[in-house]
Amino acid sequence: MANNYFITDHCIIEKGKVLHNGQEVFAMPEAAFPDFAKQAYKHLNTDYAKFFKMDNLSKLSFLAADILLKEYIADGSNNTALLFANSSSSLDTDVKYNDSIADKDDYFPSPAVFVYTLPNICMGEISIKHKLYTENSFFIFEAFNPEFFAAYAQALLDTAKADRVLCGWVDFLKDDYKAFMYLVSKEQGTAHTKENIQTLYNN
Amino acid sequence: MEALKQELKEKIIDVLNLEDIAVEDVNDNDPLFGDGLGLDSIDALELIVMLDKDYGIKLADPKEGKAIFQSIETMAKYISENRTK
Amino acid sequence: MSRGVAITGMGIISSIGNSVEENFNALIQSKPGITVIENITTVHKNVIKVGEIKKTNGQLAAELGLAADNNYSRTAMLGAIAAKQAVNNAGITDINEFNTGLISATSVGGMDMTERFFYDYAESDEHRRYILSHDAGDVAHKIADQLGLKGLVTTISTACSSAANAIMLGARLIKNGKLDRVIVGGTDALSKFTINGFKTLMILSDTYNTPFDNDRKGLNLGEAAAFLVLESDAVVKQQNKKVLAYLSGYGNANDAYHQTASSENGDGAFLSMEKAFKISGLAPSDIDYINAHGTATPNNDLSEGRAIIRAFGNNVPEFSSTKPFTGHTLAAAAAIEAVYSVLALQNGVVYPNLNFKTPMEEFDIVPQTELKEKEINHVLSNSFGFGGNCSTLLFSKS
Repeated sequence: MANNYFITDHCIIEKGKVLHNGQEVFAMPEAAFPDFAKQAYKHLNTDYAKFFKMDNLSKLSFLAADILLKEYIADGSNNTALLFANSSSSLDTDVKYNDSIADKDDYFPSPAVFVYTLPNICMGEISIKHKLYTENSFFIFEAFNPEFFAAYAQALLDTAKADRVLCGWVDFLKDDYKAFMYLVSKEQGTAHTKENIQTLYNN
Repeated sequence: MEALKQELKEKIIDVLNLEDIAVEDVNDNDPLFGDGLGLDSIDALELIVMLDKDYGIKLADPKEGKAIFQSIETMAKYISENRTK
Repeated sequence: MSRGVAITGMGIISSIGNSVEENFNALIQSKPGITVIENITTVHKNVIKVGEIKKTNGQLAAELGLAADNNYSRTAMLGAIAAKQAVNNAGITDINEFNTGLISATSVGGMDMTERFFYDYAESDEHRRYILSHDAGDVAHKIADQLGLKGLVTTISTACSSAANAIMLGARLIKNGKLDRVIVGGTDALSKFTINGFKTLMILSDTYNTPFDNDRKGLNLGEAAAFLVLESDAVVKQQNKKVLAYLSGYGNANDAYHQTASSENGDGAFLSMEKAFKISGLAPSDIDYINAHGTATPNNDLSEGRAIIRAFGNNVPEFSSTKPFTGHTLAAAAAIEAVYSVLALQNGVVYPNLNFKTPMEEFDIVPQTELKEKEINHVLSNSFGFGGNCSTLLFSKS
């Protein structure tokens, strides 16, 4: 199945490491995520001040997407659809936000935190930076589901809804995080099969 | 007034996560939104929460924020005239 | 040309009624369901109004026949009630007779129980069973359990356009032959979480919401659930099913502008409408009624209005927002409005946009304010979510 399409590029961010096509491009294995993300941002020359306003899930997703989308010109013509999923939804930020409304005597819910209490906001951040006016969807699964990703990306490409699909499993909860992202298109690369997707995910 | 301005600069940088901007970089009359510090509508809402939390000032309409948050100068003036804590 | 994907069943529970019929009667009799909040204790009780379903969790559980120690969130109970209605309405007796899936949308998931019991969890085990029902994905699995459904179950979460995307995904799975039948829709219960969040964004009205009015002050939150049954042409033919309407088009685009605000000229909204037209083969001039997203926030209505003008030019058909009836029901909004769109086709009515007084100064278009009877062949329904996620659905007469 899906032999007309290929995985052209992929990226993994987990445990303080950034891997691009299997090569380590940045590592700070001991650091907590906020510090790691900040240093990775600097190392990757990502010049985008709004990065620092994002929540953890958005920072994680944004960094991974930026590596894969850097070579495309952000002029609104890039027809790359976004297909994301995870298992924790936006729970990491939901908990932070919930803490701000838990104490009746210190009751100041933060608008800047609330806006990130939806998982698909990270796709919005990526779309804003890369001017992607394309189809976006965010699914919640119990675990990584390569079969679903493979079938859905293929359907988007088969029906010409997109020229390329950026697939992403982006999960963040407490100190545990993982971003696995890859681009699928007609350009040459690794065959787009659920087995290959699983292999790349396992790294 | 000078102390309040200094305090506001520190708070804004901290609360709004303005990475790579130092207190010295912010002039009293620099516009906070648009070309100045590049703040956006969510930042404005966050500043409204800050007015409430730290100075006991409640704004009912986000549009009121526009005039108040023009610059550090206008913010300091408004806070010193209206603060309840 | 294909007419689209057949809709053979619908179910709904909202603040204006506990069934499709009750909802329709409220709409044509201009009876809104916006009130003071009763089921949740909140400091904002006196300054907000909501579209609340006047049933307690106990009453909902009894309706579903759940055991006393069940761990259903309110979101899951509302969803199960609406999904069961939809399945009955479609005349389905054996849910697993065909390859059947469930795609459910939610944004709050089990948050209502989490916020109620979060601090008790550490102290006592009385409510700990709800921890497992916090996940957004749990809602869909609970609904599947209630239906006895064994096929594909998945959850979609793209804020206030979630249900539109669930409906769109279901249609695609039918078209691609991956499923024969799919139950699609969304559910969201009111929670302190969303009330406080929208409050801090300062987009909650302190009175009744007034979409497309120049003096609009923001939205009323609401709670609801609605589901549709979509079936393949083969199943419809084989079972000689009555088709309520067809889902003839759908589109999704990102506004690429801001985390929560819509762009000035409604770029994402315009693109999602354009994509839906392209899929359906319909032209803007074919549309007889637009069920607008129309949340009554200053930002949405201006952006959406401009996008509608961009898409329809000088020939904007009658449009209205039904949010003054139900409030903004977040991830369920597109599903309840899908039910309303199908009812508009079946009954030839344009619903009134309640509470409208003053036209907006930025443009000339005004919503339909009185109930209007006319022949309706095609309805366009918009739903836009935070994160710039914009979706459009097109419904056509069977």
